[in-house]
Amino acid sequence: MSFVQELDYGTPKSKAAKSVTLTIDGKQVAVPEGTSIMRAAMDAGTEIPKLCATDMLEAFGSCRLCLVEIEGRGGTPASCTTPVADGMVVRTRSERLDRIRKGVMELYASDHAVTSLDRNAGENKYVALLAMADAVGLDDVRYGFDGQRHPNAGIDDSNPYFVFDPAKCIVCSRCVRACEEVQGTFALTISGRGFESIVSAGMNESFLESECVSCGACVQACPTGSLIEKSVLAAQAVDKPADHSVVTTCAYCGVGCSFKAELHGEEVVRMLPYKDGKANHGHSCVKGRFAWGYANHRDRILKPMMRDKTTDPWREVSWQEAIARVGAEFKRLQDTYGKGSIGGITSSRCTDEETFLVQKLVRGGFGNNNVDTCARVCHSPTGYGLSNTFGTSAGTQDFDSVEHADVVVLIGANPTDAHPVFASRMKKRLRQGAKLIVIDPRAIDLVRTPHVAAAYHLPLLPGTNVAMLTALAHVIVTEALVNEAFVRERCEIDAFEDWKAFVSEPKNSPEAVAKTTGVPAELIRKAARLYATGGNGAIYYGLGVSEHSQGSTAVMCIANLAMATGNIGRPGVGVNPLRGQNNVQGSCDMGSFPHELSGYRHVATDAVRESFEKDWGVRLDKEPGLRIPNMLDAAVDGTFKGIYIQGEDILQSDPDTKHVSAGLAAMECVVVQDLFLNETARYAHVFLPGSTFLEKDGTFINAERRIQLVRKVMEPKNGYQDWQITCMIAEAMGYPMRYDHPSEIMDEIARLTPTFSGVSFKLLEEVGSVQWPCNEKAPLGTPVMHIGSFVRGKGRFLITEYVATDEKVGPRFPLLLTTGRILSQYNVGAQTRRTDNVVWHAEDRLEIHPHDAEVRGVKDGDWVKLASRAGETTLRALITERVAPGVVYTTFHHPDTQANVVTTDFSDWATNCPEYKVTAVQISPSNGPTSWQETYEEFSRESRRIASVVAAE
Amino acid sequence: MSSHSSNDKLIYMANQIGTFFKAQDTATAPEKIAEHIKKFWDPRMRQAIIAYIDAGGGAGLDPAARQAVETLRPR
Repeated sequence: MSFVQELDYGTPKSKAAKSVTLTIDGKQVAVPEGTSIMRAAMDAGTEIPKLCATDMLEAFGSCRLCLVEIEGRGGTPASCTTPVADGMVVRTRSERLDRIRKGVMELYASDHAVTSLDRNAGENKYVALLAMADAVGLDDVRYGFDGQRHPNAGIDDSNPYFVFDPAKCIVCSRCVRACEEVQGTFALTISGRGFESIVSAGMNESFLESECVSCGACVQACPTGSLIEKSVLAAQAVDKPADHSVVTTCAYCGVGCSFKAELHGEEVVRMLPYKDGKANHGHSCVKGRFAWGYANHRDRILKPMMRDKTTDPWREVSWQEAIARVGAEFKRLQDTYGKGSIGGITSSRCTDEETFLVQKLVRGGFGNNNVDTCARVCHSPTGYGLSNTFGTSAGTQDFDSVEHADVVVLIGANPTDAHPVFASRMKKRLRQGAKLIVIDPRAIDLVRTPHVAAAYHLPLLPGTNVAMLTALAHVIVTEALVNEAFVRERCEIDAFEDWKAFVSEPKNSPEAVAKTTGVPAELIRKAARLYATGGNGAIYYGLGVSEHSQGSTAVMCIANLAMATGNIGRPGVGVNPLRGQNNVQGSCDMGSFPHELSGYRHVATDAVRESFEKDWGVRLDKEPGLRIPNMLDAAVDGTFKGIYIQGEDILQSDPDTKHVSAGLAAMECVVVQDLFLNETARYAHVFLPGSTFLEKDGTFINAERRIQLVRKVMEPKNGYQDWQITCMIAEAMGYPMRYDHPSEIMDEIARLTPTFSGVSFKLLEEVGSVQWPCNEKAPLGTPVMHIGSFVRGKGRFLITEYVATDEKVGPRFPLLLTTGRILSQYNVGAQTRRTDNVVWHAEDRLEIHPHDAEVRGVKDGDWVKLASRAGETTLRALITERVAPGVVYTTFHHPDTQANVVTTDFSDWATNCPEYKVTAVQISPSNGPTSWQETYEEFSRESRRIASVVAAE
Repeated sequence: MSSHSSNDKLIYMANQIGTFFKAQDTATAPEKIAEHIKKFWDPRMRQAIIAYIDAGGGAGLDPAARQAVETLRPR
C-alpha cells in the first residue's frame, strides 16, 4: 500500500517546439523555450524550494523561497518567474541562497499557526510548508510561534466539505490563483494590504455565501493546511489518516475526471483530482471531489430483497434465492408469453464490461434483442445524426482541442453546471480571447460570467433548434462563406448541392425564421458570420439539441454546419456532444441499443452477428428489439412482461411518469439492480443491491471517447460487483457466462469489436487512457477523428426541414417548459441528494420571467402549480430574467417534484429519444403539493417498506 | 400525447419518419422509410402497423409512410 506520487514541477509545461540548453548546478539540461528555471531544475532532478509555485498555476513570484543565482546576472531572481535562456548557468544552492531562504522561511513559519516544526505532529502532516522548512534547513524560529500574524477572522467552516483557517494562511495567493486560473470562477481575492492582507471569499462573505462553486481547486492548491478537507481532519481526529491512494475514474458526468482516491484501509478519506488524467488535468468539481458520501449512506440497500406483489413489503433474502427467483420468473414468462416478452436495460452509470454483459445476457441468454440503455433518453440522436453524416456515432475531438478553438458555439448545453471541469477549460480559452456564441433559451452562466462574455446569445424558443441551425446555414451559403475547397475534397457533392439549394430557400433565411425562433435576424446573421469566418470553429452541444422531436435532425444540422465551414478533422474544431452520464458513450459503444452490437453494427448484418454467435456459442436474433419507450408500450399492450434494469431509474428519469408507471405496473417480473430503492423500485418484484464505482474494476468511456480504468478500492458492500450479479442471472437462465476478472470481458469486447481491437487493461495500465478507435491503425487511440477523410468516406449533407413540434402552446398551456441540471446535483439526484450537496440545492425551483410571474400573481418563492397536458406538479417559483418571457425552466433532481409528471411522450422521429426540452405548460399560484404528489408520497412510503425489523445497514 | 393507444403512437412515429425522408427526396421516401422502420422497429411493432392497415385501411397514415409499411409485409 502506498501513495500515488505526483511530481510538482512548480510551473506549467511550456508547449514551445524550440529547445533551450542550460546548466543547472553543473548539469546540462535541455528544455522547451519558455520553461521556467524552476521547472528545468526539476527536469534535471533538482527540486528548488517553493511555496507560492505549483505546476497547476502560472508563476507568481511572491514567496521568495525559490531564489537562484545566475552567472552574469546580479541579485537572486526567483526561479519560477525567470525563463530559461540558451547557455544560462544557474546555481540553486549557495551560502547566500541558503541564508536568504532560511530567513524567509522563518518569517513564514512564525506567521503560520504551527506551534512546532515537527512535520509528523498531528495536522502538521498536511502542512506542506513544513516540508519546505525542512528542505531549507530551518530548525528554529527566532521570533517564536506566537508573534503577530495576519488578521484572523476566525475559522470559516460554512462549506460542508472544507474549512478555511486564516491562522494558517501565509497569503501566498495559490488559492486565489487556482480559483481564477484553474476554475475560472474568481470567487476569491486578497483583501487588505501588507500585513493586513487576507484571503477573502466573495465580498467578505463566508465561502458558502460567496460565488464559490466548491470545486476544491483552492483546497488542493493550499500549501499550509489553511484550506483543508473536513474529511481529512475527521480521519486525523480518529487517528485514521489516509495510508494509500489509488487512481480511478469519477462516476458522475461524461467528462470522466481522473481521481486519486486516498484511503485508510477501505475507508475513503478524500478524492483528489489526478494531474495525469487526460480529461481533467488535475481539476475537479464539487460532485467528484466531494460528493462521494452516498457510497456509505444509510439508505443504501446491501441485501437482495423480494416480494410477490408490489404492494407487499420487501423481504430480505439470500442471493441464491433472489437469483433463482429471477431465473425462474424470466423462464416462466418466456414459456407463457414468448421469447420476446422480457428484456433488459443497461446502465450508463456502470462499466463498459458490465454493460456489455447485460446486452450479452439479453441477446444470448434471453434470445432476443430487447435491450436498451438510458442513452435512449439523452444522446441517441447524436449517434443517429453523426453516423449518417460522418459515419461514426461519437464526438470528433478530445477535450484538449478547445485550447485551439477560436470560436466556440455552445448549443443547448450548460457546461458550467453539467460538465463543470470541461467548462473551466473552455472558460480559460475564452479568457484568452476565443469568441463564444451561445444558442440556448436561457441565459446560462457562460453568457456572462467573470472575464467571459458571449459575443452573441441567441435566446431561441424551445423546440426551434432546426429552424435556427438551418438559418445559420442559410447565411453561410448565401453570403458565400462556405469552405468550398473542403466541401469539394471531403464531401459528397450531389448531396451538398441539394443541401445548398435547400438552405438557400427564402423560408430558411434568418428573416423568415426570426418569428419562429424569437431571435432577431441580424443576430442570427452575425453569429453565422462569426462561426464561418472567425478561425477554428468548434461546436459543443448537449441535451438541449438531442431531446426534441427533431433531435436527430438538429444533430445533422450541426454536422452540416461543421462540414460547410471545413471545421472538422483537426484540433480546435469539430462537433462535440457533451455526454450526460459517466458512461453514456461506453454504454452505446458496447452494443446496448436493441438494433446494434458493439461498435455500432446492426444485428441484421450476417457477418457481424455470426462473429458473435461463434464467440458466444449461441444463435442470435437478427431482428431489432424493443427500445425503452416501446417496451413500456408493449407492456401496456400485454406482450412485454419482465425486465431486468441495471442501474437506471426510468420512473424518475423518463418522460411522462404516468405512462412509465402504467408500463411497469403491467409487468409480472420487474428486477431492479441499484444502490438505493429508487423510484422505479416501487414497481419491482426483486431488488438486487448494486455496487458503487469504488467497489469494482472496469472501464468508463467519456464524452471524448476516452477509455479509462475504474479501480476497485474496497470490497463491494453488497457482496458482488455488478457484472458478477449479471453472470449469476445468466447462469440461472441456463446461459453461463464465466469470467474471473473484468479484464477478460474487455478482451472479449476487443476480440469482437474492430474499433476496440487494441484495447486491453494492460494497455490502459501502461498508458493511462486511450480514445477509440484503438486498433492496428491507431495503436494508441484517436484523439481527433475524420482527419483526411470521414469514417464513412465522404461526408454527407442532409436536408434538415424544420417541423414544429406537436407539443404546442395554446390558451390552456401558454408557456414553454424546458429542463436542465444544476452544478451541485446530478440527474435524478440518487447520489447527490444523499450528500451535503443539498446545501446548494435542496429543491427544484421553477424559473419564470418577472413579466409572466406578475400577470399570474406569482411572487418569488411562492408555491406554483405547473400543469401540462400530461400531468401536474407543484414547486416554488424563482423569478429571473435568465428565461425569456414565455419560457419557464426547472431542474429534475428531486423525486418529490417529479418534473417528468408534466413532460410528454413526444419523441425524436429517428430514435424515440423523448422530447424533454419542450412542454407546453400553465403556471398558477398554489397552496402546496398536488394530489398526485400526495398520493405519490403515500405510495412512496408504502412501496419502500422492508419487512425485517432491522433495515439493511 | 399522453395515453394514446399503441396504434396511434405507431402511426405518429411512422409519419414522423416519413416527414424526414420526404424532405430528403419524395421519390425515394417510401423505400427509405421502410428501411428505417425495418432497422429500428421490433417485429411486433411492424406487425401491429400492418395489421392496422389490414383492419381499417390505414387512416391517419401519410401516403408515403403507408406505401413503406406495405413493403414490410412478410413475403
